[in-house]
Amino acid sequence: MPAPPLIPCDVAVIGSGIAGMSAAWFAAREGFATVVVGRTGGILFASSLLDLLAVHPLAERRLWENPWEGLARLAADEPGHPLARIAPARIREAIDAVAAALGACGLAYGDGGNRNRWVLTALGTFRPTWRVPATMEAGIAARRAGAAARIVSFHGLRGFSARGIVECARPSWKALSAAVVEFPRAAPGGELFPERMARALETEAARAALAEALTPCRQGAAALGLPAVLGISRPAEVHRDLEARLGLPLFEIPTLPPGATGPRLKEAFERALAQAGVRRILGQSVVRAEALATGGFRLETENRDFCPGIEARGVILATGRFLGGGLRAERGRVVETVFGLPVAFPEDRDRWHRRDFFDPSGHPLNRAGLPFDEAFRPLGGGGEPAHPRLFAAGSILAGQDWVRSGCGSGLAIATARAAVDGLKKALA
Amino acid sequence: METQVLIIGGGVTGVGLARDLSLRGVDCTLVERRDINAGASGANHGLLHSGARYVTRDPAAAVECRDEGRILRRIAPHCIEETGGLFVAVAGDDERYAADFPGACRRAGIPCRALDPTEARALEPVLSEKLIAAYAVEDAAIDPFRLALDNLSEATARGGRVLLSTRVEGFDIEGKRVRAVRLRDAATGERRRIAAEVVINAAGAWAKEIAALAGLPLAMTWSKGSLLITDRRLAGRVINRLRPASDADILVPGGTVSILGTSSERLDSLAEIVPTVAEIDRILEAARDMVPALERTRFIRAYAGVRPLVGRAGETGDRLLSRGFALIDHAEEGLDNFLTITGGKLTTYRRMAEKAADLACRKLGVRAACRTAELPLAPRPANRWTEAGAGPRSWPEASRAPQELLLCECEMIPASAVVEVCEALRLQGARPSLYGIGRRSRVGKGTCQGAFCGVRVNAHLYDRQLLSGREGIRDLRDFLEARWRGMRPILWGTALAQEELQEALHCGLFGLDREEASCPPRP
Repeated sequence: MPAPPLIPCDVAVIGSGIAGMSAAWFAAREGFATVVVGRTGGILFASSLLDLLAVHPLAERRLWENPWEGLARLAADEPGHPLARIAPARIREAIDAVAAALGACGLAYGDGGNRNRWVLTALGTFRPTWRVPATMEAGIAARRAGAAARIVSFHGLRGFSARGIVECARPSWKALSAAVVEFPRAAPGGELFPERMARALETEAARAALAEALTPCRQGAAALGLPAVLGISRPAEVHRDLEARLGLPLFEIPTLPPGATGPRLKEAFERALAQAGVRRILGQSVVRAEALATGGFRLETENRDFCPGIEARGVILATGRFLGGGLRAERGRVVETVFGLPVAFPEDRDRWHRRDFFDPSGHPLNRAGLPFDEAFRPLGGGGEPAHPRLFAAGSILAGQDWVRSGCGSGLAIATARAAVDGLKKALA
Repeated sequence: METQVLIIGGGVTGVGLARDLSLRGVDCTLVERRDINAGASGANHGLLHSGARYVTRDPAAAVECRDEGRILRRIAPHCIEETGGLFVAVAGDDERYAADFPGACRRAGIPCRALDPTEARALEPVLSEKLIAAYAVEDAAIDPFRLALDNLSEATARGGRVLLSTRVEGFDIEGKRVRAVRLRDAATGERRRIAAEVVINAAGAWAKEIAALAGLPLAMTWSKGSLLITDRRLAGRVINRLRPASDADILVPGGTVSILGTSSERLDSLAEIVPTVAEIDRILEAARDMVPALERTRFIRAYAGVRPLVGRAGETGDRLLSRGFALIDHAEEGLDNFLTITGGKLTTYRRMAEKAADLACRKLGVRAACRTAELPLAPRPANRWTEAGAGPRSWPEASRAPQELLLCECEMIPASAVVEVCEALRLQGARPSLYGIGRRSRVGKGTCQGAFCGVRVNAHLYDRQLLSGREGIRDLRDFLEARWRGMRPILWGTALAQEELQEALHCGLFGLDREEASCPPRP
């Protein structure tokens, strides 16, 4: 039997995290025939908060009220930082576009403007972010107003204690109180899982039952804070409906992953990609990549019965770091897993990580990754682009510490935009 | 407050002393700077030596191990896994040393049986194909935490007192006697004095520091040993390299994992006792000749302990200093009621306690004889959670109980176990904290190293009113920081991916890196 033909496309995006999905969406919107291929990994752990920049410089723990001012300072201090190499207007445009696309697919975001917001977490800490999902926004306003909010947890939902959140958050939000209720139709004493709870709440019956269970919690409260379980595919609708039933503002609190926010983000992205006409080959990682004499690439995935291979004119590599599988560390070195591209990393393993986990400067290995040129092409051994049509986006890029800087999703989306811009020129 | 004997140090020797003395009817109080087994007692292989290890260079220590091993098997079988042990040499090892081994065992009276290398590999397939000699011995695995906690439980049940998280600040001395010990509670800062008739310094590596507070000199050297924990059990038996002691020559099963080590590195100070990248690399490079699979194994963490060696090392190196213990009566130096017991091994802790208690009793005029070699150590239910496998075993029953949640998925620890451990902590006068719970159970010991179970345990403690204010945040930070010491040198491969998730969670999502710097860990 002849081998099935390869899947032809203009742009193949390898990696299906926020960077890969964004790159595929931008590429398709530019009119390219686009395929996205990647295993499903880190995005299921996502909080769905859209960060831009929270902290810089790390060692000073300087927090930015206005992320754009922070970016300007970052660009001056670290010109090699991926976000320093993209015009702020282009960054804003890119994140606005993705947020709008996700909003159209059920996951709506509040305005960003020029201000970071402080979101209450399941640990009772507050963490800064830029664009907040609409389901979490009421908490920002309530805190700012010092409103009496009641945090509600559910028997059986592990790692989420309303009392714990209140105890820890009270120094910065005095008027908090706690309540615990049974989740409707939960088995008594059984464990609850956020994703299942969230899917259940997409039915009207479950929402009616939840509203009834929450009714006593309204007493003396101006807003209710709940774990982030308000729906997966239609969170905006679930949230609106529950607010209407209860007659007061509701806000979600991101939970310990795996939660509902990751699947929510993944599904919204997948719908946006489907609408944009992107072909999605998910749950598959690329095991071999080959540059062709034609100037394009041939990619081979794990399961050839499922995907006969992809032939692409250009490639965007957005495979992430160690958790995503884009980088792999051996005892003495770090390698890039698809193309074997050169990786910048501290040579001495003793210098990979600092003595203290919480060292505010972050760990040097966190800045390891692919060196790249002004068009976001990873560099080859000689300092020249490894391939004229190979681009990279997201956390695999060297010279950034997205976790400690609080710039993860912004970095993913903005560099996806930059890589597509570069690829567009290369394919012209 | 007054006590007949004040014991300084909550390692296995100190708690062994507390049990021994309380069995003799002596009123005693144990003070510990941090928590039970916080030093070398909790940072070793968990190996019950047959004695074979010492037959060549220290036959007396070998016999001591053999005899104590037999006693512990009788009195504390619940802390011991009868794994048996192998001594193996691989191509390139000193063949004469290997050939002399059975004779040395015979002379010391240590049972040892020659095996054909093929036979040894059939018993433990993880062994190298390059095996040239193998002997079976009576090594076993012992759980140092359960052993120490059961000793302590029995002592407190008989009226002994324990003060954890309590630092010795000094001694009130009159003439040739210590009248009282000055203490400070590390958590509250509160100061107190306890009058004592006899003081026993069982502070392990810190014995020199304690002696100095009483103005006593103590010649002591410190040897750091680092070890590695694998993500699964590689062998059923203890596997020793048959050669003069070196890095990475013992692989000991510890329930569901294996423990590889140890290195030996001279320390000049006790300020930082952590395993380093260089030590871990050295251990792995040495061990792969014996167990090649180690090259591909995932490691959970590393840890380091300090061997207190009394006397000064000569040029031959720390390994050759006696592993025997030192019992020092400081009467000669001018303090009649002050003893130091240090050095030694986990295997001989009971004997060390016996000898020190004998001396203390002579000073007190107490005639009661030691009973720890005969009276079985009672297993306390709350102490069983230190054992890897206790969680999974309890689960079929626990999962049928109402309100039962699994708080730690790596080690399958139900909420009821955490609550039981918190109650044990309360009886020891300590508040519930991740640090204390982690020392008394498998919480934080699995592949997540506390990243997930730490959050779940804290939330549960808040729900049960066992934590208040921002204690949980400080505890979680301290717990993760303590686990980090052991993760840092083994971060490659899957462990590094897991670390990335931990950092994204705790620094990214929860912003714990921005929370104010915290206090040192406390129970």
